[in-house]
Amino acid sequence: MKKYITKRIIISVITLLVILFILFLMLELMPGSPFNDEKLTEAQKAIINAKYGLDKPIAVRFINYIKAMISGDFGVYYSISKNTPITSLLHTRLPISLRIGGQAILVGTVIGLILGIIAAMKHNTIYDTVTTVISVLGVSLPSYVFAMILIYTMGFKLKWFPLLYQAKAPFQSSVMPTVSLCMFTIATIARFTRTEMLEVLGSDYMLLAESKGINSFRLIFRHALRNALIPIITVLAPLVVGLMTGSLVVEKLFSIPGIGSLLVSAIQSNDYNVVVALTFIYSLMYVGIMLLVDILYGIIDPRIRLAKEDKCEEKTSSH
Amino acid sequence: MAVPQASLRYAMGVKMNNTKIQFLPDDFELAGHDKTAHLNEIFAGRSYWHDILSRFTGNKGAIAGLVCILFIIIMAVIGPSISGHTYYSQIIAHQNLAPRIKGLEKLGIFDGSEVINTSTGTVRQNRYISEDPGVTTGLEDIYYWFGTDVLGRDIFTRTWEGTRISLYIALVAVIVDMCFGMVYGLISGYFGGRVDMVMQRFAEILNGIPTLVIVTLLILVFKPGLVTITVALAITGWIGMSKIARAQVLKLKEQEFILASKTLGAKDFFIIFKEILPNIFGQLIVMSMFSIPNAIFTEAFLAFIGLGVPQPLASLGSLISDSFKSFTTHPYMILFPVIVLAVIMLSFNMMADGLRDAFDPKMKEM
Repeated sequence: MKKYITKRIIISVITLLVILFILFLMLELMPGSPFNDEKLTEAQKAIINAKYGLDKPIAVRFINYIKAMISGDFGVYYSISKNTPITSLLHTRLPISLRIGGQAILVGTVIGLILGIIAAMKHNTIYDTVTTVISVLGVSLPSYVFAMILIYTMGFKLKWFPLLYQAKAPFQSSVMPTVSLCMFTIATIARFTRTEMLEVLGSDYMLLAESKGINSFRLIFRHALRNALIPIITVLAPLVVGLMTGSLVVEKLFSIPGIGSLLVSAIQSNDYNVVVALTFIYSLMYVGIMLLVDILYGIIDPRIRLAKEDKCEEKTSSH
Repeated sequence: MAVPQASLRYAMGVKMNNTKIQFLPDDFELAGHDKTAHLNEIFAGRSYWHDILSRFTGNKGAIAGLVCILFIIIMAVIGPSISGHTYYSQIIAHQNLAPRIKGLEKLGIFDGSEVINTSTGTVRQNRYISEDPGVTTGLEDIYYWFGTDVLGRDIFTRTWEGTRISLYIALVAVIVDMCFGMVYGLISGYFGGRVDMVMQRFAEILNGIPTLVIVTLLILVFKPGLVTITVALAITGWIGMSKIARAQVLKLKEQEFILASKTLGAKDFFIIFKEILPNIFGQLIVMSMFSIPNAIFTEAFLAFIGLGVPQPLASLGSLISDSFKSFTTHPYMILFPVIVLAVIMLSFNMMADGLRDAFDPKMKEM
């Protein structure tokens, strides 16, 4: 187990380093500079470049960069908010994004599980059909379509929730973004739970448990759900990706001061440091969750762990 | 039909458990030299693909999806040329006109009127026909089926132009899956060992970078446009497919028929493409169908954050993004692109579901 975890961690760290390198290279190759004000003379540009260390060779900058990243120093803004350390703004923006994302995951998982269980238990009934329709809709429609429907109905017509994010009322403001983000989670989890539950419910050990006379509540939650949940962990990684992508658009729609909307404006204004820092944070979360999923999967299901230790060559990342 | 009676008796004997089996002379008769004698004559032999086709056509959702896709493809081909407006022509006098369709207007729908919510209250207005009979607006004979946008461009034409781009993206996704993802997975899975190790680490690292990041950075390096989006999809779209292909190869490559082929001296590439590929092609088709909605999704998402095709070209994503700014006052502008996008995504998803069930009926029965 230790060997397996160590190996996963090493791969994750290498992945992160490669990501950093690619990001760095891509930003090097990018046309334009953050200082493309026509009024600047060449000499002034040189001074500014020297001030921010942009005149040094690529290798030196990259090593400096990794050093800074590890110590949590993401540099300063060039254009969005001049000379403010990125870290300070991240402190205010990251929690907002994390909270909305966390709410969406939590609400989505709970509702998705419930829908999936109901659909599997009432297989081939109207409940099943409704769940299937919901999950197909949730997977098919982009989160911004849901966001617009919500904005038009609950925000604009009924005036239940604020149309734009208000710092004074963070909870009311986060309801509509959370709902529009969690539709994808609901759909994915419900779909997966349904399939897994159906498989478990049809198995021999469930028949045995049922014939022993265990009550249905215990039967579902203790015997069926626990086994059905194992593969559901694997969809966590794609869910996180969906949330990240969704958060960019949804944060833009609702003007939420989170990191998603920051990334969009940073991309549009060529703000190197911000793009790289945010990309790094996104990648860090993504790689971290993949690592967590792999380790969790290994702990929960010994078959996978053993199989992976037996033949490391055949080892595949299980997502 | 020559059914040996002994076998019937034997079958019964198994049930009863104590019948002794005795062969009588009339238990056996000559089967004849006809080679098809062993085939059941009532049910003709059905090929694998015929079986799949019949399962697929039996699935209502999948057929509905297929019909919708065909309809959308037809509309994408002819749509931009049937309304008489081009996607880039703009008439300033025809700004913000609500949908109006000949024939349907007498029913009270699509008659060119819209309800406008302003701070002073709601007003119902029709900008095609003036309420005062003495005043002509000059628009009485003009019909915009889906209305016009803020620049006076025909939304009907633009919507189907946008659909063309979405369908192009779908095509790109399938080609990338089939040409790159499939081959990558097949080679990685088949050769195993060090080749697999290197190829999988590469895919894993590429997969470790969120697609969003790759796509946005690429679009920053190049300039926004269809070519860039295509390249972005080509870089990121194949990983899921390669994983599926690899997993399927790992399942098959230890089996006897591969060993037999090897024993007969078949080369690696012959085994991969002639022995393994036909056996896993079904799963791969299903996988590539599922990657279509993802690709369309990515394009719509990029367009929404302003990294889509440049104006005056339109994609469904950029239409939605543009009309979002005024969608509380003119909801019809956003309605049609959203509906078309939703129908495309739904149809592809339903068709992919149907294909999956057709290739793997076990999933359906559960």
